[in-house]
Amino acid sequence: MTATTNTGTGTGTTSTPGTAAVPPPDNPKHVTKNQAKRLRAPLGHRRLLTRRDRTTLGLMAGVPTILHVMLVWLTALASIALAFTTWDGIGFDSIKWVGLDNFKELFTNNPQFWPAVEHNVVWFVVLILIPTPLGLFLAVQLDKKIRFSKVYQTAFFLPVVLSMAVIGFVWQLVYNPDTGLINNLIGANEPGHYIDWIGDPDLNLWSVLIAASWRHTGYMMILYLAGLKGVDPALREASSLDGANEWQTFRNVIFPTLRLTNTIVLVVTIIEALRAFDLVFVFNKGAEGTELLSILVTNNIIGESSRIGYGSAIAVVLLVISLAVIIPYLIATFRKERRA
Amino acid sequence: MHSFSLGRPMPAASRRSVLRGIGGAAVLGAGIPLLSACGGSGTAADPKTVSLGSNASDAVPKKAFAEIYAAFTKQSGLTVDVNTKDHNTFQEQINSYLQGTPDDVFNWFAGYRMQFFAAKGLASPIDDVWQKIGGNFPEAMKALSKGEDGKYYFVPISTSLWGVFYRKSVFKKYGYEVPTTWDQLVALCKQMKKDGLVPFAFGDKDAWPALGTFDQINFRTNGYDFHVELMAGKASWTDAKVRTAFDHWAEILPYHQEGAVGRTWQDAAQTLISKKAGMYLFGSFVAQQFTNKADLDDLDFFPFPEINSAYGQDTVEAPTDGFMLSKAPKNKAGALKLLEFLGTPEAEQIYLKSDPSLVAASNKADTSSYTALQKKAYATIAGAKHLTQFMDRDSRPDFTSTVMQPALQKFIRDPKGVDSLLTSIERQKKTIFASA
Repeated sequence: MTATTNTGTGTGTTSTPGTAAVPPPDNPKHVTKNQAKRLRAPLGHRRLLTRRDRTTLGLMAGVPTILHVMLVWLTALASIALAFTTWDGIGFDSIKWVGLDNFKELFTNNPQFWPAVEHNVVWFVVLILIPTPLGLFLAVQLDKKIRFSKVYQTAFFLPVVLSMAVIGFVWQLVYNPDTGLINNLIGANEPGHYIDWIGDPDLNLWSVLIAASWRHTGYMMILYLAGLKGVDPALREASSLDGANEWQTFRNVIFPTLRLTNTIVLVVTIIEALRAFDLVFVFNKGAEGTELLSILVTNNIIGESSRIGYGSAIAVVLLVISLAVIIPYLIATFRKERRA
Repeated sequence: MHSFSLGRPMPAASRRSVLRGIGGAAVLGAGIPLLSACGGSGTAADPKTVSLGSNASDAVPKKAFAEIYAAFTKQSGLTVDVNTKDHNTFQEQINSYLQGTPDDVFNWFAGYRMQFFAAKGLASPIDDVWQKIGGNFPEAMKALSKGEDGKYYFVPISTSLWGVFYRKSVFKKYGYEVPTTWDQLVALCKQMKKDGLVPFAFGDKDAWPALGTFDQINFRTNGYDFHVELMAGKASWTDAKVRTAFDHWAEILPYHQEGAVGRTWQDAAQTLISKKAGMYLFGSFVAQQFTNKADLDDLDFFPFPEINSAYGQDTVEAPTDGFMLSKAPKNKAGALKLLEFLGTPEAEQIYLKSDPSLVAASNKADTSSYTALQKKAYATIAGAKHLTQFMDRDSRPDFTSTVMQPALQKFIRDPKGVDSLLTSIERQKKTIFASA
């Protein structure tokens, strides 16, 4: 995206590093619009578009649009429609309209639903409170051009490269009640002393969040490190000339310039909290204490259970929450772009 | 991963299948409708070929089935085109698989889910086959192979069994007697605890093993008929009878291995192997974990003790695997021949040589090559008045996986909250069973 804006005619939207890291959902359109401008520029005013241009443009705009509509809009709308039905997934004639029953059942009868909502929120709060400041701290330290900086960066960033499923699997070995690392070290793998990190609902969410934070810290560190690299060294110099100490410089000079990075961090963390799934699914399949909305959707729809209507209702709840978060963000971004 | 047990997982189900399951889930997430296209082998109606969808993805059963098909080819001149899928993936995709272009014959399990597909028209009746193979099977197996309409839909091949497994050497060392009544069982648990053993090994991380414990306690307490009604969604979970069953469970729960919800069944089996636990209420496939020959020879089992003298030990949980005929087989004549062959004692014997944790479904199969454990399992099944499958084979899978599995995990941790738990189960059950 940044590449296309650079080659643009000068009227293209100025893309911040922020929007580059988190492409807005209508990305394909942006690209084609920009490319359209690029194609048009050398032709000047003499004539508008050749037939070939038009075909190319049509394909470039059309194919992504068709794919987008099919894979995003149609499926989303189908899920919303199915949320008001009951369907076992066998033949379209077995779809039955039930109105709001699925939601009623979900809100009043499902013992896992409200805990799942709560856990998604806890997930977000914990990620914001622990790994994010920790990532910022690490980024600030690594930004000081200390020795072996690259080694540390790699080490902290490594968990982000691993797939969530692998992380879940590794931590599950650490937490295993009988053979796991922790219980063996503290002698809690004997009858009468068991600490059930995976099964105990008072513990397991925190166990899994430690694993999630372990990964998230590295992610946040890289985002902040990129942000810090963009801070004008003159600001630091000026601040030290004014006699500010290190903490004051960071608080009053550096941190305010990281505003854009903070927005990205917030969005990334919200996304992480809403899509939390794979880690827990591998860890304990969302047993009591670690229920998540995404896991409830999966358990109801995938596999033999095939409560497709009911599962779709949960998916709709997840969609509504996502929209409630993403719409204010998009409005704010567009407003900023218009101003710029 | 959503590990469906259906009473008998494949060996070493835990790690690989977790990752595979993720893959499967990802594929499913990509588009459920697309999957129906992945079924079928795509071969046109070749009168010399029968296609077969198999869930026997592990090496040992895969090889055993290949031998059976080779024997069939020799006998009939028809080739079997096998389309093998990962065991768990096969189960998760079964709905779309059967609606798409399924193979002529496919692997499945006896019980409610078989009848469900039969009632939905996704399987063809095979009464003709049963006219020829009927004599090979005991009455209980015949009943298991029928749909709700009374027609046959299923050819059983092998059966496992749930019971209380123990090591003979441990019982000998401490002078324990096999308990046959509830009081004896409780007394034995107390004694084992005193001797520093974990009375019952237990792991319910996969969420289905506890279903097996409930089955045993429920049909011993309330009898087979009530168990069937409960599984069919007819009897109420708030019935005092269910509460009594849970009270019994709560009585022996303190003698179960702690931290069960965080432990896999394989790890629980290790406790029995290492002689730290005295007993393990589980399926006979626990034998697959006994990789050392001497340990395996030391393994024995007894049927869960009597709780109510009106029912004694008359019911045995014996999950049965076999084959079904798809809705519109391309080579029906060949498929029927194959099913007929699969229902013969020869086919069963070839298969059973591969896995000593199972016994033949047929009563004509030669039992002389059985291990002592297989002989005992066979006698127990043959002597049973009633056979059950397993909760997730006997009831609706949506009910067992989304309601019962989390509910029983909760019970194991907090047996005191049983009343509100049962009310919640009953409320959710009503909604699920109301949606046809």
